[in-house]
Amino acid sequence: MVLSLTLISLGASAALGFVYEMTKDPIAAALLNKKIEAIKQVVPEFTNNPNDEMFMLPTGEGDSLEVYPAKNGDQVVGYAIKSYTNNGFSGYIGFMVGFTPDGAIYNVNVLEQKETPGLGTKMVPDGTPEKPEFKDQFKGKNPAEYQLKVKKDGGPVDAITAATISSRAFCDGVQRAYNTFEKGGLK
Amino acid sequence: MSQMQNFTKGFLKENPILVLVLGTCPTLATTSSALNGMGMGLATTFVLIGSNVVISLMKNVIPDKVRIPAFIVVIATFVTIVDQVMQAYVPSLYETLGIFIPLIVVNCIVLGRAEAYASKNTVWSSFVDGAGMGLGFTGALGVLGAVREILGSGAIAGFKFIEGDGILVFILAPGAFIALGYLIAIVNRINKA
Repeated sequence: MVLSLTLISLGASAALGFVYEMTKDPIAAALLNKKIEAIKQVVPEFTNNPNDEMFMLPTGEGDSLEVYPAKNGDQVVGYAIKSYTNNGFSGYIGFMVGFTPDGAIYNVNVLEQKETPGLGTKMVPDGTPEKPEFKDQFKGKNPAEYQLKVKKDGGPVDAITAATISSRAFCDGVQRAYNTFEKGGLK
Repeated sequence: MSQMQNFTKGFLKENPILVLVLGTCPTLATTSSALNGMGMGLATTFVLIGSNVVISLMKNVIPDKVRIPAFIVVIATFVTIVDQVMQAYVPSLYETLGIFIPLIVVNCIVLGRAEAYASKNTVWSSFVDGAGMGLGFTGALGVLGAVREILGSGAIAGFKFIEGDGILVFILAPGAFIALGYLIAIVNRINKA
């Protein structure tokens, strides 16, 4: 009894070890690729490798965020900050928030979310000029003068219909990135 | 029972979702769109076929007293393989399905087929049974996902055919119960006819 269970477990672990070795590199590559794609979306065109020049900055709330500087030649054209919020409708939401050096939001990419499909998930897509999406209202706005608050809370942000909590969480994540940006003296 | 009947019994007559009503947790949670439902179904099908075949091969070496732990180890191995392969090669689907991939381990369909079928039948029959049950599961999830996507977001497989929102409740959890309830009713009517 003990022997057969041990043998089965041994066989299982051997198979898993093999699959782990086989998928380790593709998984790492897929994750890195995703990160670079997210950075590309949120900052102007760059020529360096932001992943190699990543540094950490404190948020002022006891933790730190990853900052990816985007450079065109020697000139810094923007910073992508990996931010988060825990106030989503289903908890954690991860963002990549891009700022131009003057502090204006260039674009925001939602890295990870578990919001309600069809409602809160509307924070994810990029719109077109004819058919803007939720995210588009943030582009080019500088949080120094543009309050990151939904209309219900007295701010200027148009919340997603039936997803005010998700919209608030979005603002919270962007605000966290901006606070880090400002305190870190990147401006 | 011929192998053909063995294969097709999972589609309607013994459909795991619509007749046996097993594995409803991932069913309700992942069918917010047709593609998500099918992705979940195919992942489960792979695990079902794999675990059915291996368990059927080992049915004579596994002592009766520890058969459930042994089955779970085999099933968990296949689930972990699916989990890692999906993460490596289809990261976007992996993200949508999220926690429900590891949870295939505790899906009643998989353990149910291992205990009720694979541990008593030949390798080939178990393979056919796993494939039929898995495809029945995939079909049910695909149909349920399609119904919810069409009614809830006015889209099919990601292509929108109406402006604006659909009937939002179908995207949310209550809509899953409503749609599943009607599907079960329809399939029961067909089976009784």
